[in-house]
Amino acid sequence: MRLRSSVLTSGEDYSANRAAHLAALEQVAEAAALAASGGGAGARERHLARGKMLPRERVANLLDPGAPFLEIGATAAHGMYDGAAPCAGVVAGIGRVMGREVMVVCNDATVKGGTYYPMTVKKHLRAQEIAAECHLPCVYLVDSGGANLPMQDEVFPDRDHFGRIFYNQARMSAQGIAQIAVVMGSCTAGGAYVPAMSDVTIIVRDQGTIFLAGPPLVKAATGEVVSAEDLGGGDVHTRLSGVADYLAEDDAHALALARRAVGSLGPAPDVSANWASPEPPAHDPEEILGVVPADLRTPYDIREVIARLVDGSRFDEFKARFGETLVTGFAHVHGCPVGIVANNGVLFSEAAQKGAHFVELCSQRRIPLVFLQNITGFMVGRKYENEGIARHGAKMVTAVATTSVPKVTLLVGGSFGAGNYGMAGRAYQPRFLWTWPNSRISVMGGAQAAGVLAQVRRAAIEKSGGAWSAEEEAAFRRPTEEMFERQAHPLYASARLWDDGVIDPRKSREVLGLSLRAALNAPVEETRFGVFRM
Amino acid sequence: MIRKLLIANRGEIACRVIRTARGMGISTVAVYSDADAGALHVEMADEAVHIGGAAPAESYLDGAAVIAAARSTGAEAIHPGYGFLSENPDFVEAVEAAGLIFVGPPAAAIRAMGLKDAAKRLMAEAGVPVVPGYHGSEQAPDLLAGEAERIGYPVLIKAVAGGGGKGMRKVDRPEDFAAALASAQAEARTAFGNAAVLIEKYVLRPRHIEVQVFGDCHGGAVHLFERDCSLQRRHQKVIEEAPAPGMTLETRQAMGAAAVRAAQAIGYVGAGTVEFIVDGSGPPRPDGFWFMEMNTRLQVEHPVTEAVTGLDLVEWQLRVASGEPLPLAQEEIRLAGHAFEARLYAEDVPAGFLPATGILRHLRFSPGARSDSGVREGDEISPWYDPMIAKVVTHGPSRSVALARLTRALAETEVGGTVTNIAFLEALSRHAGFAAGDVDTGLIERDLAHLVGPEEPPVAVVLRAALAAAGLDDGAEALEGFTLWAPLERRVVLERSGETQVVHLACRGGGVVDATLDGEVLRCRRRTGGWVIGEAREPGPARLLDGAVVVFAGQPWEFAIPDPLAQQGDAGPAGNLVEAPMPGLLREVLVVPGQAVRAGDRLAVLEAMKMEHALLAARDGVVAEVLAGPGTQVAAHAPLIRLAEEDGEGTK
Repeated sequence: MRLRSSVLTSGEDYSANRAAHLAALEQVAEAAALAASGGGAGARERHLARGKMLPRERVANLLDPGAPFLEIGATAAHGMYDGAAPCAGVVAGIGRVMGREVMVVCNDATVKGGTYYPMTVKKHLRAQEIAAECHLPCVYLVDSGGANLPMQDEVFPDRDHFGRIFYNQARMSAQGIAQIAVVMGSCTAGGAYVPAMSDVTIIVRDQGTIFLAGPPLVKAATGEVVSAEDLGGGDVHTRLSGVADYLAEDDAHALALARRAVGSLGPAPDVSANWASPEPPAHDPEEILGVVPADLRTPYDIREVIARLVDGSRFDEFKARFGETLVTGFAHVHGCPVGIVANNGVLFSEAAQKGAHFVELCSQRRIPLVFLQNITGFMVGRKYENEGIARHGAKMVTAVATTSVPKVTLLVGGSFGAGNYGMAGRAYQPRFLWTWPNSRISVMGGAQAAGVLAQVRRAAIEKSGGAWSAEEEAAFRRPTEEMFERQAHPLYASARLWDDGVIDPRKSREVLGLSLRAALNAPVEETRFGVFRM
Repeated sequence: MIRKLLIANRGEIACRVIRTARGMGISTVAVYSDADAGALHVEMADEAVHIGGAAPAESYLDGAAVIAAARSTGAEAIHPGYGFLSENPDFVEAVEAAGLIFVGPPAAAIRAMGLKDAAKRLMAEAGVPVVPGYHGSEQAPDLLAGEAERIGYPVLIKAVAGGGGKGMRKVDRPEDFAAALASAQAEARTAFGNAAVLIEKYVLRPRHIEVQVFGDCHGGAVHLFERDCSLQRRHQKVIEEAPAPGMTLETRQAMGAAAVRAAQAIGYVGAGTVEFIVDGSGPPRPDGFWFMEMNTRLQVEHPVTEAVTGLDLVEWQLRVASGEPLPLAQEEIRLAGHAFEARLYAEDVPAGFLPATGILRHLRFSPGARSDSGVREGDEISPWYDPMIAKVVTHGPSRSVALARLTRALAETEVGGTVTNIAFLEALSRHAGFAAGDVDTGLIERDLAHLVGPEEPPVAVVLRAALAAAGLDDGAEALEGFTLWAPLERRVVLERSGETQVVHLACRGGGVVDATLDGEVLRCRRRTGGWVIGEAREPGPARLLDGAVVVFAGQPWEFAIPDPLAQQGDAGPAGNLVEAPMPGLLREVLVVPGQAVRAGDRLAVLEAMKMEHALLAARDGVVAEVLAGPGTQVAAHAPLIRLAEEDGEGTK
C-alpha cells in the first residue's frame, strides 16, 4: 500500500531534472511577482497616499490571521495588452473568513483604475463560477472604474461579458450563496451594479463612490455640476439612496464590517467531517522536481508523483494489472479521501474502460476525483480503431463529463488531443484545474501538427506537378512548430485562463487539499450518468 | 491558643496572616473599607466586617471601628499587620482595655522606641552601640557646632521628630554647619512643628542591616539573624536579602546579641526589628555597627528571614501572643542558604517612580518563587492604598543561586493593566555590583540611569506584540499563510501613548513570519516556548487582553489594538445639516444662530404622525443657521438647522 520510490535522489538525472524544473519555475515566479506588483511603484504610492490599502493587503486583512489563500489566475493576462493589465487587474481566490471559505474578488485600482479588460471579466466570471459550484460566499472588494472603454466590444456585449457578473450575483443570491460587496473606491457605470446587486454592501466614507455616471458624464449629459461624494459617496448611499448598507470610516473598518457580515451567515459547512487525520507523504514532495523528467517525451512512472502527493504515500491501487497505462486508486490528500486517475502512458481501450469503471465507483461512493494529466492522446492505428477505441474512450469521457463528484485536475505533463477530454480538461468543468510549469497544452504536438500541414501541402504541390525540397518543407514547418510551442506554454495558457493557475509542483499537495476543501463546501449530488456506448 | 483572630489590615499582609492562622486552626476575621469589598483578604477570611470608607483614616486607621468589629465577631485577638495601627500605642491600650489580645509588643515598648533620641539614649544605656552624636535638648547653634566638631565631620543633622528625610542635612565641613542647621531646623519646624535636631556621625557607604528579634512574655528573647536592606531608593526598600553579604560570624553574633539586649531593655514581646547602620567601607565589623531604630512590628521583608530559617514568623507571633514561650532557643535557630525579596509595585519607573493605578487585567506569578500578594487578576490597584502588587521571594543554597532565581522569577512574573517596576527590579537583580554583594544605600541612586528601562518599546517588543495581535501565537493553522507565490502581508496596527505603529506581517508557513516595521524586515520564527525574532529570543511572552496586547519584557509593554468596529461609522454625524426625518409640522425651534450646542441637545421639535419628535444635535457645535421657522410644514429631509463646520467656520 505504501508506495516505494525507485528514484535515486543522488543521481545525475535527478539533479538535471531538478535544475530544469527550477528554471521553468523561476519564469513563472517572475510572472507572478510582476502580476502581484500591480500597476507599478508609482501607482501603488498614489494609492497608499489616498489612505487606501493595497489590494493584496485588503485581502490579507479580510482573511482570518494566517489563513491560507488559494489564488486563482495569479498570472492572468500575462503578456497580453502589452503588459497593461498585470494579474488582469483583479486579485481573486479562496480564503477563510470567520472560519468559512469564501471567494474574494478584489479589484486592483493601481492597474488602469481597476477597469475591466476582457481577461478581467473572464477572471471575475471564473471566480464566480467557482463560487457557484462550490457554494462559496462571495466578497467583492470593489475599486474599479468599470468597463475598459477602448475594449468595449470584448467586454460588454457577449454572453460571458460584463453583464454576466450581475446575472451571476442574482443567481447565486437566489441559491443562497451570499453576495457581499465592499466599496473601497470607484464603482462606476456597470460596476455600480456589483454593490447594488449584493445582499449586503459596505462603503467607505470619502473614498467609495457608486454611480451609473460619474461627475464628468453628468455634466456632459445634463449640465449638472456635482462632486463625486455628493453624487454617490458613502454618506449619500447609506443615508439617502439605500444603495449601501454600512458606512465605514476606512479600509480597515470596512474589512472588519465585511468579516462581521460573513460571520453572520450562520455555521460554515463541516467540510472535513469524515476526513482522516492528515499525514505528510513518506516521500518528500520537494523531490517531485527531481523525479519528473525535464523532457515531456521521457516516460516515467506516475506513481513517483503520487507517492509525493498523498498522505503517508499510501495508495490503494485499483485494477493495477489491467489497462496499465492509466493508474487508478484511492488515497487521502490532507485527510480528504480521493480517487486518483493518473496517466502512465498513452490511453488504450482497456485503460479507458478502467478509467470509466473507476469514475463510476468514486461517483457511487461520492469520493472526489483527482486527475493527474500527462497524456499524448488515445492510441491510434487500425488495430485500435477497429477494436473501437473511440467507443471505449467515449465511455471514459461520458463518465468524466457526467459524474457529480468534484473533480480537480492537475496538468503534470502534456495535455494533447482527446486525452485532455477523458482526463477532465477545462471543457469537462473540473472544479479546479492547475498546471505545472513543465506542462504543455495543445490539440496535438507542434511537430505532429506541422507534419500534418506539410503533408497536405506536399500533396497539393506534387498534384500540380511541383517539387518541394526538404529545406522548403522545413521552412514551412517552422512557424507552425514555433506557434504551437509558444501557445502550448503554461504561462500562455494561464494568461488566457484556460486553467486556474500555474503552480509550484512542490505545493501540489496543498493546492489539491485546498481545492478539495473548497469544492466540498457544496454537497455532493447523486450522479446520473449518460448512456455508455457499450 | 487564640481561637479567633481579627486582622486589622488589608492586602498581602492580611492574606499572609490569614494563611498561617488557618494552618493553625484559628478562625479569621477580615475588616474592609468601601474600596476593598471584593478584595482577596475579604474572600480568604472566614468572616469579614465592613469598617468604613476607602480613605484609611475612615477605616483601617479607625481603631474604634476595628475593636468594635472584633467584639461583634467574637475575635479574641487582633493582628495589626504592618503600617496602619501596628505601631500605635494608644490603639494597643484600647485593644487591651477591650479585653482583647494585641498581637505585638506592649504599648510601653512601642512608646519607648517611638522618639528617636530617647530611644537612642535608652539603647546606649543598655549597652547597644549607637552612632556617635549629640541627642541633647540644648539647641543653641554654637553648642551644636561644638558637638559636631567633637563627633567629627562629616556629620548628619536630623530632626528629632523626623522621618522620610525631612529636616535632614549632611554637612561635610565646619564652615557649612551654621547654614545647614538653620535650614534643617526651619524644615523640621514646618514638617513636624518641632525644630529640635540631633547630630550624628555620618557613616561612609552606609549599609542598612537589621536584625529580626522575638521576645515572649516570659522574659525570653532571641534573634533570627540579620537582613540587609541596603538597596533603597529615597529610603524606600527595594530588594532585601538575608543574610547580609560579607557578614562574618563574629559580627553576626555581636549584632544579634546587641539586638537581643535592645529588645530586653524595653521588655519586648513578639516580632520586632532592630535596625543598624553599618560602615560599608569594608566587611561588617563587630565595632562597625550602630543602632538606628527599632520597628515594633512584623516587617514587610520578614519572608527572607522565614526562607533562611525555615520558620513561620506569623506562627511565632500568634504563639507568643497566646502566652506560649518562644518555640526555639537561640542555639536551635539555624541559618540555611540565602534569600531575596523584591517588592513589586505598580509604579512608573521612567517617569520618576510615580505610583500607578489600574485594573490588573493579567496577573501571573512565577512558579519558582514565593509571591506574597493581596491581589488577583481583575483586581484594581487603587489610589487609596500602597500600590504594592506582590513580594517576590526566592531562596537558594547560595547567594548567587538565590539571586539567579530572583532574576528568573521576575522575568516570569506577568502583570498587565498597569505599569510596574518589574524591569527595574530585574535590572537591579542583574547589577554587577549587587551580584558581587557590594551593596550600600546609595547604589540605586548612583546607577539609576542603567537601571531604569527605556521609555520607548524596543523593536522586538513591537514585533512580538504584533505577532500576538495578529493571532499568530498558537500556530494552530494547518496550512498557515499558504499562498501560491509571494505571501500576503497583513497590516497590524498597534497604539501606544497616542502613537500608532504599523507592522506588516507576511506568513511564510512553517511558523515563519516576516515582520516589517518602518521599512526594516525581521524574520520571526515560532518555536516551542516562544518566538525567535531576528536572531534573538523573544523579549518576553505576550498576552492578549481585551482590546490590548501586553509583552512582558521586564516591564509590561502594553499596546492597544484598535478595533475598527469601534469607530463611529454609521453612528457618526451625517454632516452639518439637521434634517426633518419625515414630513411634519415644525412645532418649535429651540436654538438660535450662534448658539453653542452639545451632542444630544434638543434643537427643534417636529410634529408628525400624531407624535412629537425631538431633533437632537449629533455632535457638539455651534448653530450656523436656522433654515425653517416654527409652524412651518416641512418635507422629509428638509434642512432645518445647519451647524457650523467643525474647524471653526463660526456663524454667518
